[in-house]
Amino acid sequence: MSNNSRNIILDAISKNQPTYVDLPALSFTSTENIDLKQAFENKLNSIGGKVISINSLADVRTYIIENLDANSRIISSIVEIGDIAELITPETRLHYPLENIEHAIIEGQIGVAENSAIWVTERLIIDRVLPFICQHLYIVLKANSIVELMHEAYEKIDNDNYGFGTFIAGPSKTADIEQSLVIGAHGARSLIVFLLI
Amino acid sequence: MKQEHPALADIFNKDEARVDWHDKTLWWVRAKRDIAVKQIAEWELLRETASRIKDNVLSNLSNYLLQFEANAIKNGIQIHWAADATEHNKIVREILNKHGITRMVKSKSMLTEECHLNEYLMENGVEVIDSDLGERIVQLANEPPSHIVLPCIHKKKEEIGELFHEHLNTPKGNADPQFLTEAARQHLREVFLTRKAALTGVNFAIAETGEFVVCTNEGNADMGAHLADVHIASMGFEKIIPQRKHLGVFLRLLARSATGQPITTYSSHFSKPRKNSVMHIIIVDNGRSQQLGKEAFRNSLKCIRCGACMNTCPVYRRSGGHSYHTAISGPIGSILAPNLDMEKYADLPFASTLCGSCSNVCPVKIDIHDQLYKWRQVIVKNGHAPWLKNASMKVMDITLSSPTKYKLAGKIGKAVMKWTPFVVNNGMNPWYKHREMPQVPAYSFGEWYKKNRGQNDE
Repeated sequence: MSNNSRNIILDAISKNQPTYVDLPALSFTSTENIDLKQAFENKLNSIGGKVISINSLADVRTYIIENLDANSRIISSIVEIGDIAELITPETRLHYPLENIEHAIIEGQIGVAENSAIWVTERLIIDRVLPFICQHLYIVLKANSIVELMHEAYEKIDNDNYGFGTFIAGPSKTADIEQSLVIGAHGARSLIVFLLI
Repeated sequence: MKQEHPALADIFNKDEARVDWHDKTLWWVRAKRDIAVKQIAEWELLRETASRIKDNVLSNLSNYLLQFEANAIKNGIQIHWAADATEHNKIVREILNKHGITRMVKSKSMLTEECHLNEYLMENGVEVIDSDLGERIVQLANEPPSHIVLPCIHKKKEEIGELFHEHLNTPKGNADPQFLTEAARQHLREVFLTRKAALTGVNFAIAETGEFVVCTNEGNADMGAHLADVHIASMGFEKIIPQRKHLGVFLRLLARSATGQPITTYSSHFSKPRKNSVMHIIIVDNGRSQQLGKEAFRNSLKCIRCGACMNTCPVYRRSGGHSYHTAISGPIGSILAPNLDMEKYADLPFASTLCGSCSNVCPVKIDIHDQLYKWRQVIVKNGHAPWLKNASMKVMDITLSSPTKYKLAGKIGKAVMKWTPFVVNNGMNPWYKHREMPQVPAYSFGEWYKKNRGQNDE
């Protein structure tokens, strides 16, 4: 039945599609002398996220110990801080229940200054739902992995064969009720980016 | 009775304060779009590039779909094809049946609105919960969304508070957006964690890689899909784009055009199913292949569903999404719907001032107002114009085709306006609503010219 529809649809499309038109070239110019780190931080602030500059992962460890409730559930996919968090690896994955995950600390791959989005793939988060189901999300990002435009981010991503990847820009939000902005819809309620200088 | 835009807009306009709020709020969203757009020096180049990528897509769709299908299958995704809404709904039901699932969570998908999937599944014993906050609100109110990006923009927070009190046990009288959003978050977390099937829409499907991208601000599509054993993604076949790098163009345009955000919070790329879970994609035609064959109208298939044309439209802002009586309202909906059923939606291309603002904000440069104008001609030729318009056009035709009748009509018109204005100032003439007609001149230009011709003509 649906196989039949497949051929009918494809035939109708072949018959009705216009004469072939070439793809345009993608040529977009990035801004000269832009301070990528500052631009990224400004944009993230404007959409409800926050940047904390760090010099090493030891600073992340200090932040966790000083600021997060030790009795809350803290998950991390970063081996270096695995001793102060519940470490997930491809072998261990997430332990149930999932609804009480308070904090998740993951690594980001690429930052984009024009919209402060951070590219994250399944390899870095291990469990796809982790950055969404946690109440508060922390992403460690190398400052030198920031590009200005989305086009440059996709050049870096290239033909990476990920199973799942996502751009995360700020905490989850909604304005569905009378256009009043509310931070913390279904995903994380807050986002802190640890920018590794 | 057949519902038409003017009558439905009248219903919306009964509450003047609400109309004013609706109008201003959507214009504010449009203003946010403008601020975001002005920060991008190459905005016009982006729009032009996006439009040309879509030209290429439309001209090579059958190949791209085959390429997408082959790559998605290679990635472990199962592909289904649906000729129409009925077949789409049946496929969803069969997938759920196969897994013995009777409860599903769904994120925003205008296609499933177009197909009336929820009604169909409920009739067949499947519970569907919409997880986008705005969609959940209209679902609880038993209404369709009135805007593709802001589904409950027609509702006031007090009404939402009342709905939540009734369905989610929130305290009566609490209408605080923050509080209500939190209540929905708690309610839906339980849903996400317990549903074994999730259906999402598709913003972009990439032929080169077989992956698809879903954009949300709330994170609801991801919560549903990553926690379910079965992920079904429904897409109209025009969602195809050739290569992954083209996402750079479309993701820069989409959220800026929609809400003025630089990008949605989440732009998730689904390439392979999770371990121990399955992923299905349903590719739907439902009239699109016919639209593709119509040279004057095929550009409408470039639409990326940002809603910018609605926010800017003076008619949409003052008549509300429900007055369009179709899943996708506003200017873009008015050029898509007649393709599905010209008679049923004959009124929609007339629900426009043809001011062209929609075409100016469209991120993929669809000639929306030109298409509205063209649809009017097709509709009148096919005899589907509203009867009053038909009758008055006929009178106009007779009058304008004869100079004698034209002159006579002018005289009669002036006399009527002067002595019996009630003949034109009545319910049959919408131009009289909220307007006074101008003072009637003493004589026509023709009469003036005849009288004065001699004086300067030495």
